[in-house]
Amino acid sequence: MPRPPRTRIDRPPSLLRLTGTPIITVLVGSMTPLLPMIASTPLVPPFGLVMLIAWRLRHRTIWPAWIGLPLGLWDDIFSGQPLGSSMLLWTFVMLGLEVIDRRMVWRDFWQDWGLAAVIITATLLGGLAIANLTGGNTSAIILLPQIIVSIALFPLLARGCAMIDAWRLLR
Amino acid sequence: MAPPSPRRPGFSRRVQFSLFAGYVFAIVGALFALLLIVTARVDPAGHAALQSIATDITSPISSTLRAAVNTVKDLGSGTAAYFDAASKNRAMSRELKLARAKLIEGNANALENRRLKRLLAIVEQQKPRPMTARIVSSSSTSSRRYATLAAGAVHGVEVGQPVRAADGLIGRIVQRGQFASRVLLIIDSEIIVPVKRVSDGAPALAIGLGDGRIELRTLAAGTNPFKVGDVFVTSGTGGIYTPGIPVAIAVRRTRDTTFGRPLANPASLDFAIVEPIYIASLPLVELSETAE
Repeated sequence: MPRPPRTRIDRPPSLLRLTGTPIITVLVGSMTPLLPMIASTPLVPPFGLVMLIAWRLRHRTIWPAWIGLPLGLWDDIFSGQPLGSSMLLWTFVMLGLEVIDRRMVWRDFWQDWGLAAVIITATLLGGLAIANLTGGNTSAIILLPQIIVSIALFPLLARGCAMIDAWRLLR
Repeated sequence: MAPPSPRRPGFSRRVQFSLFAGYVFAIVGALFALLLIVTARVDPAGHAALQSIATDITSPISSTLRAAVNTVKDLGSGTAAYFDAASKNRAMSRELKLARAKLIEGNANALENRRLKRLLAIVEQQKPRPMTARIVSSSSTSSRRYATLAAGAVHGVEVGQPVRAADGLIGRIVQRGQFASRVLLIIDSEIIVPVKRVSDGAPALAIGLGDGRIELRTLAAGTNPFKVGDVFVTSGTGGIYTPGIPVAIAVRRTRDTTFGRPLANPASLDFAIVEPIYIASLPLVELSETAE
């Protein structure tokens, strides 16, 4: 039987593009602290975390639960938090979402946004607790602007994630 | 009907096992992460060594970005400088003439100073030359306030050295890599700097709050002698910080305490000077006793 001719049409995207794209967006998001600005208060949203949540809420099976470990380590390298902080918190996020997936099977975007808001708040507060445990003494009120900005930006970043996803799955 | 959950993978043993192994790996990894955090608490030096490797790797990226930003900024100000070049030139040559006169005067004074000192037989301490380096980035998403300095062990940076800019104190080196180090800014909530008011030397402690402000806590109980607009400099008490480095200016006063703003604006930090650790000198009397 003759092999069908190789065409550029309707070929499944490469495995690298399928698995690599989401991971790269999270890695790039985690690298925001490299930007040459000196912040006097935490205001920049944790882009890595927001991208992680956006991808995970979009595709339930995109990652196994342990993906929080390597991605979290990468985030810790750049963030200035003690090493292990994002590793721990992001793994909790992934495990928590597995549990939530069983409770709330059908979700609309508002519920996803609400979930993301809860996760972002909990993770930032958890990060603060870990930072304070290892020497800091910052009050939680200081995080309020960062939490609000992060939650407000979530729909925009989820939209961006969807656009990247459309490109990722393009045949 | 609800979609079949991909997390309940039917009867395939292989898929079931790999799913289970994934959860086990995640939980074991989380415990390992917890262990890492615990090392940061019980063995800060070891943890800092781990983190400084990360700083070494990432600082060249920030340095390049920072340089690019500065180039753009310089282009802008360079163009602007053309517009009033003539008037500026006149003003500068006038200033230069004045400065030359002052320089000669200063040289004469220095000479006289040296002679007088020799007369008094004071041996001047040989001060090591301070080192300058660029501040390239900061922990903008974390609740801790760190900045990355583009100089490390090979440039002679030591952990604990104070770091200052031209207009005030920036912080202190807490981690040192080979080519980059991490500076704990004075606005971080872990740092405490002994300071004094410039006008009368009233002592206080400058404590970072983590949100860009500095609390200036007076040592006198019951009263708050400070006013808005008071300037504070390091007092040198207890060593580490050389006395006389500007730290903060008071901007708000309550009954119990005063809040200040750092004089070295963190947003505009560029070049920083790494100073040697200051060792508070012993009183002269003791020195002469031990010499005998």
